[in-house]
Amino acid sequence: MTEQISDGAPSLTLLLQRLFVRIGVLPFLLVGALIVFTALSARFLTGENLITVARQATYLAIVAMGQMLALLTGGFDLSVGKIVAITSVVTALTMAPLAAAHHATALTLTLGILAGVGAGTLVGVVNGIGVAIFNVSPFMMTLGTATISFGIALTLTSGVPVYGIPDAFGTVFSFARIFDIPSPVYVTAGLYVAMYVLLNWTRMGRYFYAVGGNLKASRLSGINTQFYLFMAYVLCGALAAVAGALLTARLETGEANIGASMPLDSIAACVIGGVSLRGGVGRVGNVVLGAIFIGLIQNGMDLAQIQSYLQEVVIGVLLILAVIADQLRQFVMLRLKD
Amino acid sequence: MATATLAPAESVGVASTPPPPVLQAQSVFKQFPGVLALDQVDFELRAGEVHVLFGENGAGKSTLIQILAGVHRPTAGSLHFRGEAVELQGVHHARTLGISAVFQEFSLVPTLTIEENLFLGAELTEYGFLDKSELHRRADDILKRLGFPLRPRQRVQDLTRAEQQMVEIAKAFRTDLSALILDEPTASLTDREAQRLFAMIEQAKSRGVGIVYVTHRMGEIRRIGDRVTVLRDGKRVATLGVAEADDERLLQLMTGRVISQVFPKIDYRPGRLLLEISHLTTADHAVKDFSLAVRAGEVVGLAGLVGSGKSDVGRACFGLQRIVSGRVVFDGRDVAGASSRKMLDLGAFYLPPDRREEGLVMMRSVRENISLPWLGARPFTRFGFVNRAGERSKVRDVAERLNLQPRNPEHDPERLSGGNQQKVLLAKGLVSPVKFFILDEPTVGVDVGTRVAIYGFIRELCEAGAGILLISSDLPEILHLTNRTYVMYRGELRAELAGEQITQDRVLANFFERAQV
Repeated sequence: MTEQISDGAPSLTLLLQRLFVRIGVLPFLLVGALIVFTALSARFLTGENLITVARQATYLAIVAMGQMLALLTGGFDLSVGKIVAITSVVTALTMAPLAAAHHATALTLTLGILAGVGAGTLVGVVNGIGVAIFNVSPFMMTLGTATISFGIALTLTSGVPVYGIPDAFGTVFSFARIFDIPSPVYVTAGLYVAMYVLLNWTRMGRYFYAVGGNLKASRLSGINTQFYLFMAYVLCGALAAVAGALLTARLETGEANIGASMPLDSIAACVIGGVSLRGGVGRVGNVVLGAIFIGLIQNGMDLAQIQSYLQEVVIGVLLILAVIADQLRQFVMLRLKD
Repeated sequence: MATATLAPAESVGVASTPPPPVLQAQSVFKQFPGVLALDQVDFELRAGEVHVLFGENGAGKSTLIQILAGVHRPTAGSLHFRGEAVELQGVHHARTLGISAVFQEFSLVPTLTIEENLFLGAELTEYGFLDKSELHRRADDILKRLGFPLRPRQRVQDLTRAEQQMVEIAKAFRTDLSALILDEPTASLTDREAQRLFAMIEQAKSRGVGIVYVTHRMGEIRRIGDRVTVLRDGKRVATLGVAEADDERLLQLMTGRVISQVFPKIDYRPGRLLLEISHLTTADHAVKDFSLAVRAGEVVGLAGLVGSGKSDVGRACFGLQRIVSGRVVFDGRDVAGASSRKMLDLGAFYLPPDRREEGLVMMRSVRENISLPWLGARPFTRFGFVNRAGERSKVRDVAERLNLQPRNPEHDPERLSGGNQQKVLLAKGLVSPVKFFILDEPTVGVDVGTRVAIYGFIRELCEAGAGILLISSDLPEILHLTNRTYVMYRGELRAELAGEQITQDRVLANFFERAQV
């Protein structure tokens, strides 16, 4: 098979291979999805629908950016779904009595968001302590905190939705539009810019990559590896918590049962976006695109009236295919390098 | 020996015509995309000889043995097995002919036992079930025959690297063996383990097995070799008998240079005291009551066997080994137990012996690797953000200075040759003002060209006033580069030699137990 490459001028296959190696599988998937769903539904490729996709994808995009930090350092975070849930519950439980007591709406919203995001971030802090200080494997640590968070969320709410959130919360953080674009999209865009700067232009970002790429070499280079491992989980928790608050604004209730699909979907978005499961490699822009891709698929299948149970199957298959494609990419890369 | 019955048939063949070589390659070419790895190479392996393959990294040694072992097929040229042309279809095919290779990367399943590994892919069965007792008996048989002190039911993951290598070799002996290919087999063995390997090779030789032996170490060539073939740039430069192959000749053939061009003359000007270690003992007792001093403007050697504690001294200075007693003073400051960060900030740099394990972040660019220890300082950081332009220009300067190939620092180290990876590792210590270097095996696994470059840098740094502690298992390095040398034995200081005292005999004499001297 090496003979194929060594003889003759670069063929079309070779050009495609090079393109594949350079940009990865995601652009191919995106283009493929656009073509398929445009063919299946006339309502798919419209401005209004794409805005809907953007809004639907924001929550996953934010969680996936956090998940990416955990993946970069060579771990992952299975608790992101339950962080979303506990944030939702705590936000609602803080806002409801304040609103009932007729406090100023701005104060109610601020305190509610702070309490909710704080609670979610706290889970991240616990994850960070477990992984960085006590050396618990990320799998067990985050699985453990996920169960704990879920248990607390259920206990706090007895399993029923929490009502009584001021309408303004949903109005401002979910339904408001500026230039026709929903407010959560702006929040996501802002977080994306912050993450881009963090990962590419700050020491902390550089160290996340280094620690995940080679922990020992990083330590020898004088990096406080424990601190950066810890920070990866804290920031991951904080981002998941922000997503949880935004989702609460959209649902207008506090729910302990939301976010169940977040761990898998966020890891899928990262992997489809080219983040290595072994750590050290990944771009935040591609992670956001990965989240948008998953949103696109779900929306497209909704429009094509594919039932939601079957959608799960499709997402699972795509995730596995993306991983296989990435392996293939490594293989092609090695072959081209030869 | 009990194995005498296995003596080769060829040696008692017809007296007039010599038996055909076990394995022969005739004008073999191997073209990889963009590289001609082998250029008309002839190679011949006789029964009962050890034929050493010698050459720099990238000279074509690996490609040649991979062709002989059936991993690759030659682009042109032919292979002959016992006088008959063969086309090896793969490793398995080669094995059935009795050609086995032990590469540096082992193909063992760590969680399985030795006997399970030995017969992996060729399990013995009875009525479709595993015949475990027969398997055990045969595995035991093979290990006994080879004289390996292993029990067949040991798990491979519990073995030392040397023992794992024995399992690999035993695997080769599972079938009737004609040719054994060993790729730098002593690279990670202790001296004692290496001796055991040599004994095994002698034994195999006496049974008529031909052995292809790839090595970088010239001492081994005379120890076990019969003939040497030197490769350079994919071409065969020479094949000579071991008697003619002295160090100078071999180096010259391999590099096209003479030895005085390999080791530079260093102008030592010992100045103020930089590092002073007194009565150092580490928590794991790898270092016991050890004292040493390094001044600015000198290269101090630290020699000893693998496991003598010489590496641990460097690690202890850099906060990688816990110190229980003793003092470490760097540049007038007590730094016993200081972290790597602290040492870097004080102007010390530690070059770890294993670049893949502890040195480089393989999937991040050369640029990011080089700046990693210094990101917190100028020119790498400005206003709290990474200054990528400053970083790029600084890294480019160093890449130029080190003659890094390829020059572009955006490549991942993964894609560079071993020599260039080592240069990247060294570069980490050159982008910031460092006055003291601990270099632990700085030339391990690099080609002679890079070796010369690294020695050149040691000289440059030393003459510019830096202090250098050179920890090395490479004796010529210690002999030719240092002005003072400490020899360690089992964690303790055995000898301190200076200037003219640093001779091969005196250093070696202190490597081993006194009784052996």
